[in-house]
Amino acid sequence: MAHRKRLIFAILALTPALLIYGWVRLVPIFETLRLSLHQWNILSKNKPFVGLDNFHELFSDPLFLEALFNTTVIAFGVLLVTIPLSLFLAVLIYNRTKSSFSGFYETSVFLPHVVSLVPAAMAWKWIFDARLGPLNAALSWLGIAPQAWLFDPVLSIICIIVLCSWQTLGYAVLIYLIGLKNLPSTLLEAARLDGASAVQTFWHITVPMLKPITLYVSVVTLVAGFNVYAQAFILASDSQGAPGRQVRTLVHDMLENSFRNYRVGYAASEAVILLIIVLILTLVQFKILREKNKT
Amino acid sequence: MKQLEKKKFFLNLGAISDYARMSKASDWFIDFFLVLFSLSMVLPLIILISNAFKTPEELLLWPPTLVPENPTLDNIVRVLGETPLLHWIWNSLSFALLSTVSIVTTSAIAGYILGKFRFFGINIIFSVILATAIIPFEVYMIPLYFQVKSLGLLNSLWGLLVGYLVMSFGIFLIRQNVIQYIPDELLEAARIDGAGEFWVFFHVVLPLLRGPLAALGVLAFFQAWTAFAWPLVVSTAKESYTIEVGLALFHTGFTVDLGLLSAASAIVMVPSVTLFVVLRRQFVQGFANTGLKE
Repeated sequence: MAHRKRLIFAILALTPALLIYGWVRLVPIFETLRLSLHQWNILSKNKPFVGLDNFHELFSDPLFLEALFNTTVIAFGVLLVTIPLSLFLAVLIYNRTKSSFSGFYETSVFLPHVVSLVPAAMAWKWIFDARLGPLNAALSWLGIAPQAWLFDPVLSIICIIVLCSWQTLGYAVLIYLIGLKNLPSTLLEAARLDGASAVQTFWHITVPMLKPITLYVSVVTLVAGFNVYAQAFILASDSQGAPGRQVRTLVHDMLENSFRNYRVGYAASEAVILLIIVLILTLVQFKILREKNKT
Repeated sequence: MKQLEKKKFFLNLGAISDYARMSKASDWFIDFFLVLFSLSMVLPLIILISNAFKTPEELLLWPPTLVPENPTLDNIVRVLGETPLLHWIWNSLSFALLSTVSIVTTSAIAGYILGKFRFFGINIIFSVILATAIIPFEVYMIPLYFQVKSLGLLNSLWGLLVGYLVMSFGIFLIRQNVIQYIPDELLEAARIDGAGEFWVFFHVVLPLLRGPLAALGVLAFFQAWTAFAWPLVVSTAKESYTIEVGLALFHTGFTVDLGLLSAASAIVMVPSVTLFVVLRRQFVQGFANTGLKE
Protein backbone atom coordinates (compact mmCIF):
# COMPACT_ATOMS: atom_id res chain seq x y z
CA MET A 1 0.00 0.00 0.00
CA ALA A 2 2.71 2.44 1.07
CA HIS A 3 4.74 1.36 -1.90
CA ARG A 4 1.87 2.09 -4.25
CA LYS A 5 1.36 5.50 -2.73
CA ARG A 6 4.99 6.31 -3.34
CA LEU A 7 4.77 5.13 -6.92
CA ILE A 8 1.75 7.33 -7.57
CA PHE A 9 3.54 10.32 -6.04
CA ALA A 10 6.62 9.69 -8.15
CA ILE A 11 4.63 9.43 -11.36
CA LEU A 12 2.51 12.48 -10.56
CA ALA A 13 5.55 14.58 -9.72
CA LEU A 14 7.70 13.42 -12.60
CA THR A 15 5.13 13.57 -15.40
CA PRO A 16 4.86 17.36 -15.82
CA ALA A 17 8.63 17.76 -15.80
CA LEU A 18 9.03 14.95 -18.32
CA LEU A 19 6.30 16.33 -20.58
CA ILE A 20 7.99 19.72 -20.69
CA TYR A 21 11.31 18.04 -21.21
CA GLY A 22 10.02 15.92 -24.05
CA TRP A 23 8.35 18.85 -25.74
CA VAL A 24 11.25 21.31 -25.63
CA ARG A 25 14.11 18.83 -26.08
CA LEU A 26 13.17 15.44 -27.51
CA VAL A 27 10.61 16.66 -30.05
CA PRO A 28 12.88 19.30 -31.65
CA ILE A 29 15.89 16.96 -31.64
CA PHE A 30 13.81 14.32 -33.41
CA GLU A 31 12.45 16.97 -35.79
CA THR A 32 15.97 18.10 -36.69
CA LEU A 33 16.86 14.54 -37.65
CA ARG A 34 13.63 14.10 -39.61
CA LEU A 35 13.76 17.46 -41.42
CA SER A 36 17.35 16.87 -42.47
CA LEU A 37 16.07 14.12 -44.79
CA HIS A 38 13.33 16.32 -46.23
CA GLN A 39 13.13 19.29 -48.46
CA TRP A 40 11.06 22.02 -46.90
CA ASN A 41 10.73 25.62 -47.94
CA ILE A 42 8.82 27.44 -45.23
CA LEU A 43 6.22 28.58 -47.76
CA SER A 44 5.31 25.23 -49.28
CA LYS A 45 2.93 22.84 -47.55
CA ASN A 46 4.48 19.55 -48.56
CA LYS A 47 7.84 18.39 -47.41
CA PRO A 48 9.04 15.74 -49.85
CA PHE A 49 11.42 13.11 -48.57
CA VAL A 50 14.77 13.52 -50.31
CA GLY A 51 16.96 11.05 -48.46
CA LEU A 52 20.54 12.21 -48.12
CA ASP A 53 20.27 14.77 -50.93
CA ASN A 54 20.69 17.68 -48.51
CA PHE A 55 23.95 16.22 -47.26
CA HIS A 56 25.22 15.64 -50.79
CA GLU A 57 24.45 19.23 -51.65
CA LEU A 58 26.10 20.53 -48.47
CA PHE A 59 29.45 19.09 -49.38
CA SER A 60 29.52 20.91 -52.69
CA ASP A 61 28.14 24.14 -51.22
CA PRO A 62 31.05 26.65 -51.09
CA LEU A 63 29.35 28.72 -48.39
CA PHE A 64 28.86 25.71 -46.13
CA LEU A 65 32.41 24.50 -46.72
CA GLU A 66 33.72 27.97 -45.92
CA ALA A 67 31.66 28.00 -42.73
CA LEU A 68 32.85 24.54 -41.75
CA PHE A 69 36.45 25.52 -42.39
CA ASN A 70 36.22 28.79 -40.44
CA THR A 71 34.45 27.14 -37.54
CA THR A 72 37.01 24.33 -37.35
CA VAL A 73 39.89 26.80 -37.40
CA ILE A 74 38.25 28.89 -34.68
CA ALA A 75 37.47 25.87 -32.49
CA PHE A 76 40.99 24.44 -32.66
CA GLY A 77 42.55 27.90 -32.45
CA VAL A 78 40.72 28.57 -29.19
CA LEU A 79 41.79 25.14 -27.95
CA LEU A 80 45.47 25.79 -28.73
CA VAL A 81 45.41 29.11 -26.90
CA THR A 82 43.24 28.08 -23.96
CA ILE A 83 44.67 24.75 -22.81
CA PRO A 84 48.36 25.66 -22.34
CA LEU A 85 47.62 29.15 -21.06
CA SER A 86 44.95 28.05 -18.58
CA LEU A 87 47.08 25.19 -17.24
CA PHE A 88 50.02 27.55 -16.78
CA LEU A 89 47.87 30.18 -15.06
CA ALA A 90 46.13 27.63 -12.85
CA VAL A 91 49.45 26.26 -11.61
CA LEU A 92 50.70 29.77 -10.85
CA ILE A 93 47.46 30.75 -9.09
CA TYR A 94 47.47 27.47 -7.18
CA ASN A 95 51.03 28.11 -6.00
CA ARG A 96 50.02 31.53 -4.76
CA THR A 97 46.83 30.43 -2.99
CA LYS A 98 48.18 32.02 0.17
CA SER A 99 48.87 35.33 -1.56
CA SER A 100 46.59 38.17 -0.51
CA PHE A 101 45.86 38.72 -4.21
CA SER A 102 44.59 35.19 -4.92
CA GLY A 103 40.93 36.26 -4.77
CA PHE A 104 41.71 39.05 -7.20
CA TYR A 105 43.39 36.63 -9.61
CA GLU A 106 40.52 34.19 -9.63
CA THR A 107 37.89 36.90 -9.94
CA SER A 108 39.49 38.80 -12.77
CA VAL A 109 40.43 35.74 -14.80
CA PHE A 110 36.93 34.32 -14.40
CA LEU A 111 35.07 37.59 -14.95
CA PRO A 112 35.14 37.52 -18.79
CA HIS A 113 33.42 34.14 -18.68
CA VAL A 114 30.34 35.43 -16.87
CA VAL A 115 30.09 38.96 -18.18
CA SER A 116 27.40 39.53 -20.82
CA LEU A 117 28.78 38.46 -24.13
CA VAL A 118 27.64 41.25 -26.38
CA PRO A 119 28.95 44.21 -24.32
CA ALA A 120 32.27 42.40 -23.91
CA ALA A 121 32.46 41.75 -27.64
CA MET A 122 31.73 45.46 -28.21
CA ALA A 123 34.75 46.34 -26.13
CA TRP A 124 36.91 44.07 -28.23
CA LYS A 125 35.48 45.43 -31.44
CA TRP A 126 36.66 48.85 -30.41
CA ILE A 127 40.07 47.51 -29.35
CA PHE A 128 40.49 45.94 -32.80
CA ASP A 129 39.18 49.00 -34.61
CA ALA A 130 41.66 49.92 -37.32
CA ARG A 131 41.26 53.68 -37.04
CA LEU A 132 40.53 54.33 -33.38
CA GLY A 133 41.46 51.17 -31.59
CA PRO A 134 44.06 50.96 -28.84
CA LEU A 135 45.59 47.84 -30.39
CA ASN A 136 46.85 49.68 -33.44
CA ALA A 137 47.88 52.56 -31.20
CA ALA A 138 49.97 50.20 -29.10
CA LEU A 139 51.45 48.61 -32.23
CA SER A 140 52.43 51.92 -33.74
CA TRP A 141 54.13 52.74 -30.46
CA LEU A 142 56.22 49.61 -31.03
CA GLY A 143 56.87 50.67 -34.58
CA ILE A 144 54.52 48.20 -36.23
CA ALA A 145 52.25 49.43 -39.00
CA PRO A 146 48.52 49.50 -38.15
CA GLN A 147 46.55 46.47 -39.33
CA ALA A 148 42.99 46.23 -40.61
CA TRP A 149 42.16 43.64 -37.95
CA LEU A 150 38.51 43.07 -38.74
CA PHE A 151 38.81 43.26 -42.53
CA ASP A 152 41.68 40.98 -43.30
CA PRO A 153 40.45 37.41 -43.88
CA VAL A 154 43.13 35.86 -41.68
CA LEU A 155 43.29 38.56 -39.02
CA SER A 156 39.53 38.65 -38.54
CA ILE A 157 39.53 34.95 -37.66
CA ILE A 158 42.41 35.54 -35.27
CA CYS A 159 40.38 38.33 -33.65
CA ILE A 160 37.50 35.92 -33.07
CA ILE A 161 39.89 33.35 -31.61
CA VAL A 162 41.28 35.98 -29.24
CA LEU A 163 37.80 37.02 -28.10
CA CYS A 164 36.64 33.41 -27.59
CA SER A 165 39.83 32.46 -25.75
CA TRP A 166 39.49 35.49 -23.48
CA GLN A 167 36.04 34.22 -22.54
CA THR A 168 36.88 30.52 -22.18
CA LEU A 169 40.10 30.97 -20.26
CA GLY A 170 38.48 31.63 -16.88
CA TYR A 171 36.37 28.50 -17.04
CA ALA A 172 39.37 26.34 -17.96
CA VAL A 173 41.44 27.87 -15.15
CA LEU A 174 38.63 27.17 -12.70
CA ILE A 175 38.39 23.51 -13.69
CA TYR A 176 42.18 23.11 -13.58
CA LEU A 177 42.28 24.69 -10.12
CA ILE A 178 39.78 22.11 -8.88
CA GLY A 179 41.92 19.38 -10.43
CA LEU A 180 45.05 20.75 -8.77
CA LYS A 181 43.33 20.90 -5.38
CA ASN A 182 42.35 17.24 -5.76
CA LEU A 183 45.86 16.04 -6.61
CA PRO A 184 47.29 13.83 -3.87
CA SER A 185 49.70 16.15 -2.04
CA THR A 186 51.87 13.18 -0.94
CA LEU A 187 52.92 12.64 -4.53
CA LEU A 188 54.07 16.22 -4.98
CA GLU A 189 55.83 16.11 -1.63
CA ALA A 190 57.62 12.88 -2.55
CA ALA A 191 58.81 14.44 -5.78
CA ARG A 192 60.14 17.44 -3.90
CA LEU A 193 61.96 15.25 -1.37
CA ASP A 194 63.55 13.34 -4.23
CA GLY A 195 64.96 16.62 -5.39
CA ALA A 196 62.73 17.28 -8.39
CA SER A 197 62.63 20.92 -9.42
CA ALA A 198 59.38 22.80 -9.78
CA VAL A 199 59.61 22.51 -13.56
CA GLN A 200 60.27 18.75 -13.41
CA THR A 201 57.37 18.23 -11.01
CA PHE A 202 55.12 20.18 -13.34
CA TRP A 203 56.02 18.17 -16.45
CA HIS A 204 56.34 14.70 -14.93
CA ILE A 205 53.65 14.73 -12.26
CA THR A 206 51.17 17.59 -12.57
CA VAL A 207 50.60 17.40 -16.32
CA PRO A 208 50.10 13.60 -16.52
CA MET A 209 47.90 13.56 -13.41
CA LEU A 210 45.69 16.29 -14.87
CA LYS A 211 45.21 14.47 -18.17
CA PRO A 212 41.51 13.62 -17.63
CA ILE A 213 40.83 17.27 -16.81
CA THR A 214 42.74 18.43 -19.87
CA LEU A 215 40.65 16.05 -21.94
CA TYR A 216 37.40 17.33 -20.45
CA VAL A 217 38.31 21.00 -20.87
CA SER A 218 39.44 20.32 -24.44
CA VAL A 219 36.14 18.73 -25.41
CA VAL A 220 34.09 21.49 -23.76
CA THR A 221 36.21 24.13 -25.50
CA LEU A 222 35.92 22.44 -28.89
CA VAL A 223 32.16 21.94 -28.60
CA ALA A 224 31.72 25.60 -27.61
CA GLY A 225 34.03 26.56 -30.47
CA PHE A 226 31.96 24.69 -33.03
CA ASN A 227 28.89 26.56 -31.79
CA VAL A 228 30.52 29.96 -32.12
CA TYR A 229 28.03 32.54 -33.31
CA ALA A 230 27.57 35.69 -31.24
CA GLN A 231 31.29 36.51 -31.25
CA ALA A 232 31.46 36.37 -35.03
CA PHE A 233 28.14 38.17 -35.29
CA ILE A 234 29.49 41.15 -33.35
CA LEU A 235 33.09 41.27 -34.51
CA ALA A 236 32.80 40.22 -38.09
CA SER A 237 29.53 41.25 -39.58
CA ASP A 238 28.08 44.53 -40.70
CA SER A 239 26.07 45.10 -37.54
CA GLN A 240 26.77 48.33 -35.65
CA GLY A 241 27.08 49.98 -39.02
CA ALA A 242 30.82 49.60 -38.95
CA PRO A 243 31.42 47.23 -41.82
CA GLY A 244 33.62 44.26 -41.14
CA ARG A 245 34.52 41.30 -43.21
CA GLN A 246 31.98 38.59 -42.65
CA VAL A 247 33.35 35.48 -41.01
CA ARG A 248 30.85 32.76 -41.80
CA THR A 249 30.40 30.16 -39.07
CA LEU A 250 28.31 26.97 -39.00
CA VAL A 251 25.52 28.35 -36.83
CA HIS A 252 25.48 31.52 -38.90
CA ASP A 253 25.17 29.58 -42.16
CA MET A 254 22.48 27.36 -40.67
CA LEU A 255 20.35 30.27 -39.48
CA GLU A 256 20.80 32.06 -42.79
CA ASN A 257 19.66 29.03 -44.76
CA SER A 258 16.67 28.62 -42.53
CA PHE A 259 15.46 32.17 -42.05
CA ARG A 260 16.80 34.06 -45.03
CA ASN A 261 16.75 31.40 -47.73
CA TYR A 262 13.76 29.55 -46.23
CA ARG A 263 15.46 26.18 -46.71
CA VAL A 264 14.61 24.57 -43.40
CA GLY A 265 15.38 20.98 -44.38
CA TYR A 266 18.77 22.04 -45.69
CA ALA A 267 19.47 23.98 -42.50
CA ALA A 268 18.44 20.96 -40.44
CA SER A 269 20.99 18.81 -42.24
CA GLU A 270 23.62 21.39 -41.27
CA ALA A 271 22.46 21.02 -37.68
CA VAL A 272 22.89 17.26 -38.03
CA ILE A 273 26.49 17.80 -39.18
CA LEU A 274 27.06 19.93 -36.09
CA LEU A 275 25.53 17.16 -33.98
CA ILE A 276 27.79 14.55 -35.56
CA ILE A 277 30.88 16.67 -34.85
CA VAL A 278 29.85 17.05 -31.21
CA LEU A 279 29.12 13.33 -30.87
CA ILE A 280 32.50 12.40 -32.35
CA LEU A 281 34.29 14.73 -29.93
CA THR A 282 32.39 13.28 -26.97
CA LEU A 283 33.02 9.69 -28.07
CA VAL A 284 36.73 10.38 -28.46
CA GLN A 285 36.76 11.76 -24.93
CA PHE A 286 35.05 8.67 -23.50
CA LYS A 287 37.26 6.35 -25.46
CA ILE A 288 40.50 7.93 -24.27
CA LEU A 289 39.22 7.96 -20.69
CA ARG A 290 38.27 4.30 -20.84
CA GLU A 291 41.64 3.29 -22.28
CA LYS A 292 43.31 5.21 -19.50
CA ASN A 293 41.28 3.39 -16.86
CA LYS A 294 42.19 0.03 -18.36
CA THR A 295 45.94 0.54 -18.15
CA MET B 1 85.36 17.99 15.11
CA LYS B 2 83.13 20.45 16.87
CA GLN B 3 84.33 23.09 14.46
CA LEU B 4 83.23 20.96 11.54
CA GLU B 5 79.78 20.36 13.01
CA LYS B 6 79.39 24.04 13.57
CA LYS B 7 80.44 24.77 10.01
CA LYS B 8 78.01 22.23 8.67
CA PHE B 9 75.27 23.71 10.77
CA PHE B 10 75.87 27.17 9.42
CA LEU B 11 76.17 25.86 5.92
CA ASN B 12 72.77 24.24 6.22
CA LEU B 13 71.33 27.37 7.70
CA GLY B 14 72.75 29.33 4.82
CA ALA B 15 71.25 26.93 2.31
CA ILE B 16 67.85 27.13 3.96
CA SER B 17 67.78 30.90 4.02
CA ASP B 18 69.05 30.94 0.45
CA TYR B 19 66.23 28.67 -0.52
CA ALA B 20 63.74 30.80 1.36
CA ARG B 21 65.05 33.94 -0.23
CA MET B 22 64.91 32.37 -3.66
CA SER B 23 61.37 31.10 -3.26
CA LYS B 24 60.36 34.47 -1.87
CA ALA B 25 61.79 36.18 -4.92
CA SER B 26 60.04 33.76 -7.25
CA ASP B 27 56.78 34.22 -5.33
CA TRP B 28 57.14 37.93 -5.75
CA PHE B 29 57.81 37.46 -9.45
CA ILE B 30 54.77 35.18 -9.88
CA ASP B 31 52.57 37.66 -8.04
CA PHE B 32 53.84 40.45 -10.25
CA PHE B 33 53.08 38.46 -13.40
CA LEU B 34 49.65 37.38 -12.18
CA VAL B 35 48.64 40.91 -11.20
CA LEU B 36 49.67 42.15 -14.65
CA PHE B 37 47.84 39.32 -16.37
CA SER B 38 44.69 39.73 -14.27
CA LEU B 39 44.64 43.45 -15.03
CA SER B 40 44.98 42.76 -18.75
CA MET B 41 42.04 40.34 -18.54
CA VAL B 42 39.75 43.04 -17.15
CA LEU B 43 41.27 45.83 -19.23
CA PRO B 44 38.75 45.53 -22.11
CA LEU B 45 35.91 45.92 -19.63
CA ILE B 46 37.59 48.92 -18.00
CA ILE B 47 38.13 50.53 -21.41
CA LEU B 48 34.46 50.01 -22.24
CA ILE B 49 33.31 51.68 -19.03
CA SER B 50 35.78 54.48 -19.56
CA ASN B 51 34.47 55.06 -23.10
CA ALA B 52 30.99 55.46 -21.70
CA PHE B 53 32.10 58.67 -19.99
CA LYS B 54 33.99 60.21 -22.89
CA THR B 55 32.86 63.11 -25.02
CA PRO B 56 32.38 62.42 -28.76
CA GLU B 57 35.55 64.39 -29.51
CA GLU B 58 37.61 62.38 -27.08
CA LEU B 59 36.30 59.10 -28.52
CA LEU B 60 37.81 60.06 -31.88
CA LEU B 61 41.11 61.01 -30.30
CA TRP B 62 44.13 59.08 -31.46
CA PRO B 63 45.91 57.51 -29.65
CA PRO B 64 42.95 56.60 -27.46
CA THR B 65 42.91 57.62 -23.81
CA LEU B 66 42.41 55.20 -20.94
CA VAL B 67 40.89 57.64 -18.46
CA PRO B 68 38.39 60.18 -19.79
CA GLU B 69 39.81 63.70 -19.71
CA ASN B 70 36.47 65.49 -19.31
CA PRO B 71 34.16 62.82 -17.94
CA THR B 72 30.57 63.39 -18.96
CA LEU B 73 27.26 61.73 -18.11
CA ASP B 74 25.89 62.81 -21.47
CA ASN B 75 26.08 59.37 -23.11
CA ILE B 76 24.29 57.67 -20.24
CA VAL B 77 21.53 60.24 -20.07
CA ARG B 78 21.02 60.09 -23.82
CA VAL B 79 21.03 56.32 -24.12
CA LEU B 80 18.44 56.03 -21.37
CA GLY B 81 16.30 58.71 -22.98
CA GLU B 82 16.60 57.79 -26.64
CA THR B 83 16.63 53.98 -26.65
CA PRO B 84 14.43 51.31 -25.05
CA LEU B 85 17.45 50.13 -23.08
CA LEU B 86 15.63 49.82 -19.76
CA HIS B 87 12.81 47.96 -21.46
CA TRP B 88 15.31 45.46 -22.94
CA ILE B 89 16.93 45.02 -19.53
CA TRP B 90 13.48 44.37 -18.09
CA ASN B 91 12.82 41.74 -20.80
CA SER B 92 16.11 40.01 -20.07
CA LEU B 93 15.55 40.17 -16.34
CA SER B 94 12.09 38.64 -16.45
CA PHE B 95 13.20 36.03 -18.97
CA ALA B 96 16.20 35.05 -16.83
CA LEU B 97 14.20 34.98 -13.59
CA LEU B 98 11.37 32.85 -15.01
CA SER B 99 13.86 30.51 -16.65
CA THR B 100 15.70 30.15 -13.33
CA VAL B 101 12.48 29.35 -11.47
CA SER B 102 11.49 26.78 -14.08
CA ILE B 103 14.90 25.10 -14.26
CA VAL B 104 15.34 24.96 -10.49
CA THR B 105 11.82 23.54 -10.01
CA THR B 106 12.00 20.90 -12.72
CA SER B 107 15.54 19.90 -11.76
CA ALA B 108 14.66 19.60 -8.06
CA ILE B 109 11.62 17.41 -8.72
CA ALA B 110 13.08 15.28 -11.50
CA GLY B 111 16.47 15.00 -9.77
CA TYR B 112 14.85 13.81 -6.54
CA ILE B 113 12.53 11.28 -8.16
CA LEU B 114 15.21 9.94 -10.50
CA GLY B 115 17.63 9.66 -7.60
CA LYS B 116 15.44 8.07 -4.94
CA PHE B 117 12.62 6.12 -6.59
CA ARG B 118 12.90 2.77 -8.31
CA PHE B 119 10.33 1.77 -10.87
CA PHE B 120 10.21 0.33 -14.31
CA GLY B 121 11.77 2.54 -16.98
CA ILE B 122 13.32 5.08 -14.66
CA ASN B 123 16.84 4.23 -15.72
CA ILE B 124 15.88 4.59 -19.36
CA ILE B 125 14.41 8.03 -18.65
CA PHE B 126 17.61 9.07 -16.95
CA SER B 127 19.82 7.76 -19.75
CA VAL B 128 17.80 9.68 -22.32
CA ILE B 129 18.16 12.89 -20.33
CA LEU B 130 21.89 12.29 -19.94
CA ALA B 131 22.30 11.59 -23.65
CA THR B 132 20.46 14.73 -24.73
CA ALA B 133 22.59 16.79 -22.35
CA ILE B 134 25.46 16.47 -24.82
CA ILE B 135 23.49 17.95 -27.72
CA PRO B 136 24.05 21.69 -28.10
CA PHE B 137 21.00 23.93 -28.19
CA GLU B 138 21.93 25.23 -31.65
CA VAL B 139 21.29 21.77 -33.12
CA TYR B 140 17.54 21.73 -32.41
CA MET B 141 16.92 25.46 -32.29
CA ILE B 142 15.22 25.68 -35.68
CA PRO B 143 12.48 23.06 -35.11
CA LEU B 144 11.91 24.55 -31.67
CA TYR B 145 11.38 27.91 -33.34
CA PHE B 146 8.57 26.42 -35.43
CA GLN B 147 7.00 24.89 -32.32
CA VAL B 148 6.99 28.33 -30.69
CA LYS B 149 5.63 29.84 -33.87
CA SER B 150 2.75 27.36 -34.10
CA LEU B 151 1.74 28.40 -30.59
CA GLY B 152 1.77 32.03 -31.69
CA LEU B 153 4.39 32.86 -29.08
CA LEU B 154 6.98 34.58 -31.27
CA ASN B 155 8.07 37.96 -29.95
CA SER B 156 6.89 37.17 -26.47
CA LEU B 157 8.45 36.39 -23.15
CA TRP B 158 6.78 32.97 -23.17
CA GLY B 159 8.25 32.14 -26.54
CA LEU B 160 11.72 33.00 -25.24
CA LEU B 161 11.09 30.91 -22.17
CA VAL B 162 10.25 27.75 -24.16
CA GLY B 163 13.93 27.31 -25.03
CA TYR B 164 15.06 27.65 -21.43
CA LEU B 165 12.46 25.75 -19.38
CA VAL B 166 14.64 22.79 -18.49
CA MET B 167 18.34 22.03 -18.18
CA SER B 168 19.49 18.43 -18.61
CA PHE B 169 22.61 19.16 -16.65
CA GLY B 170 20.54 20.59 -13.79
CA ILE B 171 18.54 17.37 -13.46
CA PHE B 172 21.77 15.41 -13.52
CA LEU B 173 23.41 17.67 -10.92
CA ILE B 174 20.51 17.48 -8.47
CA ARG B 175 20.22 13.72 -8.89
CA GLN B 176 23.91 13.33 -8.03
CA ASN B 177 23.47 15.46 -4.93
CA VAL B 178 20.33 13.58 -3.87
CA ILE B 179 22.11 10.23 -4.14
CA GLN B 180 25.20 11.50 -2.38
CA TYR B 181 23.84 13.60 0.45
CA ILE B 182 20.32 12.40 1.25
CA PRO B 183 20.37 9.02 3.01
CA ASP B 184 17.43 6.68 2.47
CA GLU B 185 17.18 6.21 6.24
CA LEU B 186 16.31 9.87 6.68
CA LEU B 187 13.42 9.64 4.23
CA GLU B 188 12.23 6.36 5.76
CA ALA B 189 12.32 7.84 9.25
CA ALA B 190 10.13 10.73 8.14
CA ARG B 191 7.70 8.33 6.45
CA ILE B 192 7.49 6.11 9.53
CA ASP B 193 6.67 9.21 11.55
CA GLY B 194 3.69 9.55 9.26
CA ALA B 195 4.94 12.22 6.87
CA GLY B 196 3.38 12.25 3.42
CA GLU B 197 5.49 12.30 0.25
CA PHE B 198 4.88 16.00 -0.33
CA TRP B 199 5.90 16.83 3.22
CA VAL B 200 9.06 14.78 2.84
CA PHE B 201 9.95 16.58 -0.38
CA PHE B 202 9.33 20.07 0.96
CA HIS B 203 10.60 19.69 4.51
CA VAL B 204 13.36 17.10 4.26
CA VAL B 205 14.68 17.01 0.70
CA LEU B 206 14.53 20.65 -0.38
CA PRO B 207 16.31 22.11 2.68
CA LEU B 208 19.14 19.63 2.18
CA LEU B 209 19.48 20.66 -1.47
CA ARG B 210 19.70 24.37 -0.76
CA GLY B 211 23.39 24.63 -1.72
CA PRO B 212 23.28 22.85 -5.09
CA LEU B 213 19.96 24.48 -5.98
CA ALA B 214 21.44 27.93 -5.33
CA ALA B 215 24.44 27.12 -7.51
CA LEU B 216 22.15 25.79 -10.23
CA GLY B 217 19.98 28.90 -9.95
CA VAL B 218 22.93 31.21 -10.53
CA LEU B 219 24.02 29.09 -13.48
CA ALA B 220 20.52 29.10 -14.98
CA PHE B 221 20.11 32.85 -14.51
CA PHE B 222 23.32 33.64 -16.32
CA GLN B 223 22.66 31.13 -19.05
CA ALA B 224 19.43 32.96 -19.88
CA TRP B 225 20.83 36.44 -19.26
CA THR B 226 23.65 35.87 -21.77
CA ALA B 227 21.59 33.86 -24.28
CA PHE B 228 22.04 35.18 -27.79
CA ALA B 229 21.12 32.99 -30.77
CA TRP B 230 17.71 31.91 -29.44
CA PRO B 231 16.44 35.41 -28.50
CA LEU B 232 17.80 36.73 -31.79
CA VAL B 233 15.64 34.24 -33.68
CA VAL B 234 12.49 34.35 -31.54
CA SER B 235 12.33 38.09 -30.87
CA THR B 236 12.32 40.13 -34.01
CA ALA B 237 10.27 43.10 -32.84
CA LYS B 238 12.24 45.79 -31.13
CA GLU B 239 10.01 45.82 -28.05
CA SER B 240 10.64 42.15 -27.38
CA TYR B 241 14.45 42.21 -27.70
CA THR B 242 16.51 41.02 -24.80
CA ILE B 243 19.36 43.26 -23.80
CA GLU B 244 21.95 41.13 -25.61
CA VAL B 245 20.03 41.27 -28.88
CA GLY B 246 19.19 44.93 -28.38
CA LEU B 247 22.84 45.82 -28.01
CA ALA B 248 23.92 43.64 -30.92
CA LEU B 249 21.40 45.28 -33.27
CA PHE B 250 21.96 48.70 -31.80
CA HIS B 251 22.44 50.47 -35.10
CA THR B 252 19.02 49.78 -36.51
CA GLY B 253 17.01 52.94 -36.14
CA PHE B 254 19.75 54.83 -34.37
CA THR B 255 22.89 56.11 -35.96
CA VAL B 256 25.92 54.27 -34.66
CA ASP B 257 27.34 56.25 -31.84
CA LEU B 258 30.26 54.65 -30.07
CA GLY B 259 29.65 56.74 -26.96
CA LEU B 260 26.02 55.64 -26.71
CA LEU B 261 26.94 52.05 -27.40
CA SER B 262 29.62 52.09 -24.70
CA ALA B 263 27.25 53.74 -22.26
CA ALA B 264 24.59 51.11 -22.95
CA SER B 265 27.13 48.31 -22.57
CA ALA B 266 28.41 49.78 -19.32
CA ILE B 267 24.89 50.10 -17.92
CA VAL B 268 24.34 46.41 -18.66
CA MET B 269 27.69 45.25 -17.42
CA VAL B 270 28.17 47.09 -14.15
CA PRO B 271 25.26 45.41 -12.30
CA SER B 272 26.18 41.94 -13.54
CA VAL B 273 29.82 42.39 -12.60
CA THR B 274 28.79 43.61 -9.16
CA LEU B 275 26.45 40.65 -8.78
CA PHE B 276 29.26 38.33 -9.77
CA VAL B 277 31.68 39.77 -7.23
CA VAL B 278 29.02 39.48 -4.50
CA LEU B 279 27.90 35.95 -5.45
CA ARG B 280 31.34 34.71 -6.42
CA ARG B 281 31.12 31.58 -4.30
CA GLN B 282 27.80 30.39 -5.81
CA PHE B 283 29.08 31.23 -9.25
CA VAL B 284 32.27 29.31 -8.92
CA GLN B 285 30.34 26.44 -7.35
CA GLY B 286 27.83 26.43 -10.20
CA PHE B 287 30.40 26.51 -12.95
CA ALA B 288 32.71 24.13 -11.11
CA ASN B 289 29.88 21.60 -10.93
CA THR B 290 29.67 21.57 -14.70
CA GLY B 291 33.21 20.21 -14.69
CA LEU B 292 32.33 17.16 -12.63
CA LYS B 293 30.12 15.65 -15.28
CA GLU B 294 31.91 12.36 -15.84
